[in-house]
Amino acid sequence: MENGESKGASGAGDARDPSGFLSEIIGAPVTVKLNSGATFKGTIYSVQRSHKILPIKSCDLQSVDGYMNIALESCKEIHNGKVLRDWGDCFVRGNNVTYICADEAED
Amino acid sequence: MAEADDGAPSSVAEPLDLVRLCIDETVIVKLRGDRELKGRLHAYDSHCNLVLGDAEETIYIPDDDDDESENVRTVKKQSEMIFVRGDSVVLIAPQGGS
Repeated sequence: MENGESKGASGAGDARDPSGFLSEIIGAPVTVKLNSGATFKGTIYSVQRSHKILPIKSCDLQSVDGYMNIALESCKEIHNGKVLRDWGDCFVRGNNVTYICADEAED
Repeated sequence: MAEADDGAPSSVAEPLDLVRLCIDETVIVKLRGDRELKGRLHAYDSHCNLVLGDAEETIYIPDDDDDESENVRTVKKQSEMIFVRGDSVVLIAPQGGS
């Protein structure tokens, strides 16, 4: 309040950290881009999250760990908007990941 | 702090559990450098070092990189048993994956 604190801070005490986001998107449809440029879509799911929505060209993210290794379900490799390959379940080694983007769930 | 994971052994609590479920199954491994391996997963570790049996390596070589690389030449190699260093692993998927 009185000084110093960055404007955006919600005053929740701890700084927010990306791992919070990662655990939030468990169960959500995601797009994962790799350093090679390859793009994967799916849904992250965890124990208690609903993961019923399986949009075309997407996959389910099953879990993420501290290395940003990812388990995806219904994983599809996308290139220029087309499905290049359907991988089904797959494990992606974290060092290859450029970003993980939470897609809009199509309710 | 490290909490003992008490999840059911068959569940995918962490991503590497998915790999554990592939032990003794045929997997497709995407590697750096436009390579793929298909073989039976004998062993893995946390670095994704892998041991594959009856492995077939496929190397994708774009013929002409002028246009879209429609034409891709593939070279295949067979190995009875192969060790893969984890740092070249991009993706591991069970072959039967829908």
